[in-house]
Amino acid sequence: MTLVAFSILFAAALGGYILNRMAADRIRKGGARLHSLSGFHGMYSALVVGLPGLFLLTIWLILQGPVSENLMMSGLPDGVLDGLDAGKIALIRSEITQIANGNVFGTPDPWKIEAAERLISLNAAGDRLMVVSVALLVLAGLVYARSRVSSEFRARHGVEAIILGLMVGCSGMAVVTTAGIVFSLIYESWAFFELIPLQDFLFGLNWEPQIAIRADQVAGAGAFGVIPVFLGTLVIMTVALVIAVPIGLFAAIYLNEFAAARTRNIVKPLLEILSGIPTIVYGFFAILTVAPFLREMAAGAGLTISPNTALAGGGVMAIMLIPFISSFTDDALAAVPQSLRDGSLALGATRGETMLKVLFPAAIPGIVGGVLLAVSRAIGETMIVVMAAGLIAKLTINPLDSVTTVTVQIVTLLIGDTEFDNPKTLAAFALGMLLFVITLGINILALRIVRKYRELYD
Amino acid sequence: MEDLRLMERVADTTRTKITARGVQVYYGEKHALKDVDVDILDKTVTAFIGPSGCGKSTFLRCLNRMNDTVASARVSGTILLDGEDIYDRGVDPVQLRARVGMVFQKPNPFPKSIYENVAYGPRIHGLTRSKAELDAIVEASLRKAALWNEVKDRLADTGTGLSGGQQQRLCIARAVATHPEVLLMDEPCSALDPIATAQVEELIDELRAHFSVVIVTHSMQQAARVSQRTAFFHLGNLVEYGETGQVFTNPKDPRTESYITGRIG
Amino acid sequence: MTDISAQAPQFDWKSSGFTARLQARRRSELWLRGLGLGAIGLALLMLAIMLTSIVGSALGALRQTHVTISVPIPADQVDPADPFSANWRRIMQNYVASLYPEASAAELRELGGILSKGAQFMVREAVVEDPSLIGQTLTISVPVSDPFDQLAKGFIKRETPENERRVNDAQIAAFDVLDKAGLISQPINWGLLTNGDSRFPELAGLRGAAVGTFYLLLTCFVLSFPVGIAAAIYLEEFAPKNRLSDFIEVNINNLAAVPSVVFGLLALAVFLNWFGLPRGAPIVGGLTLALMSLPTIIIATRAALKAVPPSIREAALGIGASHQQVIFHHVLPLAMPGILTGTILAMAQAIGETAPLLLIGMNAFITSIPTSPLESATTLPTQIFIWADSPERGFVSRTSAGIVVLLVALVAMNGLAIYLRRKFERRW
Repeated sequence: MTLVAFSILFAAALGGYILNRMAADRIRKGGARLHSLSGFHGMYSALVVGLPGLFLLTIWLILQGPVSENLMMSGLPDGVLDGLDAGKIALIRSEITQIANGNVFGTPDPWKIEAAERLISLNAAGDRLMVVSVALLVLAGLVYARSRVSSEFRARHGVEAIILGLMVGCSGMAVVTTAGIVFSLIYESWAFFELIPLQDFLFGLNWEPQIAIRADQVAGAGAFGVIPVFLGTLVIMTVALVIAVPIGLFAAIYLNEFAAARTRNIVKPLLEILSGIPTIVYGFFAILTVAPFLREMAAGAGLTISPNTALAGGGVMAIMLIPFISSFTDDALAAVPQSLRDGSLALGATRGETMLKVLFPAAIPGIVGGVLLAVSRAIGETMIVVMAAGLIAKLTINPLDSVTTVTVQIVTLLIGDTEFDNPKTLAAFALGMLLFVITLGINILALRIVRKYRELYD
Repeated sequence: MEDLRLMERVADTTRTKITARGVQVYYGEKHALKDVDVDILDKTVTAFIGPSGCGKSTFLRCLNRMNDTVASARVSGTILLDGEDIYDRGVDPVQLRARVGMVFQKPNPFPKSIYENVAYGPRIHGLTRSKAELDAIVEASLRKAALWNEVKDRLADTGTGLSGGQQQRLCIARAVATHPEVLLMDEPCSALDPIATAQVEELIDELRAHFSVVIVTHSMQQAARVSQRTAFFHLGNLVEYGETGQVFTNPKDPRTESYITGRIG
Repeated sequence: MTDISAQAPQFDWKSSGFTARLQARRRSELWLRGLGLGAIGLALLMLAIMLTSIVGSALGALRQTHVTISVPIPADQVDPADPFSANWRRIMQNYVASLYPEASAAELRELGGILSKGAQFMVREAVVEDPSLIGQTLTISVPVSDPFDQLAKGFIKRETPENERRVNDAQIAAFDVLDKAGLISQPINWGLLTNGDSRFPELAGLRGAAVGTFYLLLTCFVLSFPVGIAAAIYLEEFAPKNRLSDFIEVNINNLAAVPSVVFGLLALAVFLNWFGLPRGAPIVGGLTLALMSLPTIIIATRAALKAVPPSIREAALGIGASHQQVIFHHVLPLAMPGILTGTILAMAQAIGETAPLLLIGMNAFITSIPTSPLESATTLPTQIFIWADSPERGFVSRTSAGIVVLLVALVAMNGLAIYLRRKFERRW
């Protein structure tokens, strides 16, 4: 049915184009002067017919499933859902949906089969209604567009206005996305904070989200104190930056001031390779090579360390951040005007002195901006830590210990089945909210510093 | 014998500071300076004039080896500072530049305090042993640059906050602080307003007491006002070199005359 | 005449003090250079170690140990009309028993473990395809199970005490018998590229993940390319310079720096929970990654539009074209190579993205090859994640091999971008 609807839509748009174009051509043959070329008249019709239909179809396809499921659920026999919590109801809902899709396991209750049949018929009715609505809508569009054809009608302006509107809509996508992120995070976190008080989340020292999903499961009571998780994030971020910042800075200083053009042309793309490698590769590198290496080193020093130390995760993350920091520093140094370099060299400073005493201090705002962006990346980095860091939240700042991070917890809480009324699932959104707010704050600050710095030397 | 002694005394007052012979400069393929011979006298202001692109700035940058910092530049010929070849392998350009200071077209104070700007040169070259000595050098340099009275109460303020003319005088003070023997100035007034220009020109005349000044300028009036000797460059050649008065009033080369009367520009 | 005595003190630059100081300054400059070179060297060394260790580990998955078996297909146990539903497990068990006549039942179970669990299905398929084999003996090369593959490749050492290795002495002896008989071979492991996922390393392949990635990228491209270009054209060419445009710009820049896992949360809450889109489907993944790629494409497109010289616009405007005609007829075609390059680079970023896909369930264990973007699937990076999490030894080298495949795809995309840039690069 969906295919039929799309075919109708496409055919109508094409038909509208031909119809209006021919009508316009006839007017011209009749001796009148058209304001717009006949092609624009055709285009106008195609847009007026096609766009609303496409919009309707998309919305319909997204909403039909949930709507007919809700109708089906509200039509269930009285009493079958009495005394069930939301999780059980969701389970029944998905069971009926599965039956309707033909995946029958065992022998379901007759009322479930009946509900499934109703769901199927509801969906079929929905499909038919969709085709009819689309057909009616495109017909209305066709008639309207055809009625507009005349020698005075400014079809080109109409077409351009519609296209401009489309472009405005597309550029609004970024705003819509941000709004979607903010809204969904707030919505789900709100549900979380109704179950767990905000102060317990923000100031609690225990993070043990493994609580029972079903009443008969044996598990901890569940504790959602974010402090140890956040501390773990900070430990790994610090390890990463302590390694990456000096290496990135020195690399950039060398490339900017000392390297011959040829060296630069070879080394810069090589460093960029590092930033193009997917983070899952770094994560696997951490468990394949770095963690065993660290364990052997520690064993050599008579220590036993956990297989997923903060040092391994942070160290590998540092490799990923090096090109990021070095390219930012390089840009910041390159933005320092040549006249300052000349001024220092003309006073008899060596290149090294010029770099350390004039160029580098002058570039510090730009470099700080870059480092801040690296901090935000390190906090938000997911795959490396999911693979290389631990799962248990510990209140420690020892980089040889195993720690967990905000992103690791988000992923582990949401891998597998997700129930949107369970604090375990919702906790991931609260963590996501925290992550989003922190990284956004750092990004805004960093972008502002970088922009101010650019203006300084423009 | 009499003649020789006389010659010696004259040479003492107008001693040759820099001798350039057969200097050629290439930027990549471009032959920017062709076979230039010049003697620059001590304690004299020498002006280089000529239309833009004539090689005057290029030659100036040869005198403290600033052309070394341009990767594509090649310099040949000899340039002697007090009889010593500055392009000799044993000469470190870093030290040479302390002896041959330079002031640029656009004021380029470092984004540091006024004090730090002036103290920069003495610090890196290790010219002082104590803070008091450094303070003394900073004050003396700022005085020489006629800036002391304007900034003595705000030495900790950043140098970029000064007015354009003050910035340029700060740059002169910065260059003077290493006790250079020659001061090169590359169109030092082109970014300044007339009042600041007059101040800097006055300053140049005073600086002549301490060392030889070489100034590149596109303004013939300025050359006539501040310099004792003038060199005219054209298309990479040194066309004429002599007493400023003679070059301006009685040029020997027709090209100089055309330039001065405004026919080449 | 100026008073010479008023001259400032001159320094003796040739004095030993100055010379020593100069040397010290030169030395500290050398140190700075050395540190810089060291930093670069260290970074590149890490790159080299990472690539060699992963490629080195991937080499272990280049070949797969096979054993050639000759299974009698008894006519009384296989119905020629329906060879599919015969008891193939029994047939294989009988075959193994016939190889080791004096082994006990328990030993036979262990010895049967030499063959991959997939062997019986391979035999079944061969017979289904060619029913004339019934009653004959089928000679076929099948993979050995992972522990024996590791043994043959030397990853499981024979010197290791028996209780610490996954194959016991009796199994090794039985394997050696097969080896001596020349039945063991190690052909190139094409199954890695042509098979779907499997719980058994010797059968697991990347085809499902590759197809999933293809659908994912297709969706991502189809959505983000037109929307990104339209948005960029509006912002670059039509948007009035007001606070709204500023707000949109700031939004785009910030969106580019939002952690990818947050996009996963968005997709989970909105696409899966509210819209009820199918879990683990490439179309949802593509939609999510399209939102993430948008800022990159918009920024690249704007840069490409900016690079088109104003003279072209003026020329077109001068002959009476409307602003939109100028953009769509003249500016956009000229900017296209730059836009394509930027888009390919955005897709190259998207292909390695993992975290958001985990949250929308693209890490499910799926053995079938998806046939449409609406079916649950894995992608290359999520497949790598699944394998990296699997305990079987054989998955280590296969994970590395998966990474190599992913990196090859990345290199190809970047190569294409560089080629496009070189080919269409224009100097105005």
